Amino acid sequence: MNTFLLPLLGGVLLGLGAALLLLFNGRIAGISGITGGLWTPASGDTGWRVAFIGGLMLGGVVLAAVRPSGLGAPVPTGVGTTLVAGVCVGFGTRLGSGCTSGHGVCGLARGSKRSLVATLTFMAAGAATVFVTRHLLGGLS
Amino acid sequence: MKQVLTAGVAGLLFALGLGMGGMTDPAKVVGFLDVAGAWDPSLAFVMAGALGSYALARRVILRRAAPVLADAFPGAPSASVDGRLVAGAVLFGVGWGLSGYCPGPALVVLPVGGLTVALFVVGMVAGMGVFRALVKQPG
Repeated sequence: MNTFLLPLLGGVLLGLGAALLLLFNGRIAGISGITGGLWTPASGDTGWRVAFIGGLMLGGVVLAAVRPSGLGAPVPTGVGTTLVAGVCVGFGTRLGSGCTSGHGVCGLARGSKRSLVATLTFMAAGAATVFVTRHLLGGLS
Repeated sequence: MKQVLTAGVAGLLFALGLGMGGMTDPAKVVGFLDVAGAWDPSLAFVMAGALGSYALARRVILRRAAPVLADAFPGAPSASVDGRLVAGAVLFGVGWGLSGYCPGPALVVLPVGGLTVALFVVGMVAGMGVFRALVKQPG
């Protein structure tokens, strides 16, 4: 059950959330785009972004109450590594116009070639990073 | 106001899906990316479920002339693959592999996850700010 059915159902729920945003608001559920858009606030464009992010965080609170083990724990990395990882994700997703949700789900569902290239690229870069840190360096600190 | 409410509900569903699927567990994410080690394929099923359901829903939704609460559906963005796209995806992949967090799960875990995820989000928001300050916005 836990190996594939729960992830599959989780994916469907996530897809429904993205579909709801498209149906009602006509927006693409790309998390980096929704968050990054707050850096260039425009009139009437801020409320829904803040609400979506608020919904995400509320989801975290609900998950922590219902099934805290599902949230896992951070990979043990030092302060510097964590900050660098965050900066890479923030800057990289803006430069590349999307992340796992925007390119990996919404873009691929649209059949976008750009999103396919982006998804394959960040998966490969992620796998290469894990290979280097885990198998060549023997873990991060 | 209605748009704010629907966006909040969409965010909540999205978060519950991420949590249920295991995307909020960095060890699981790193396990998924660890193709040379003890590979954990379960997150591929999250992607399959999300992609399948969204692709299907999208086809039905786009039969409408317009969204329920907005004027128009988004137009198709630029189709060209460029260096910026690839460089951005590489940087994102490196950060994702280092931490096990991508933007959605990081924001979900933020209120309950302690110092590490808070540091990650600070870095992420700063990285977006640096992009905003240094790089010209794409047309």
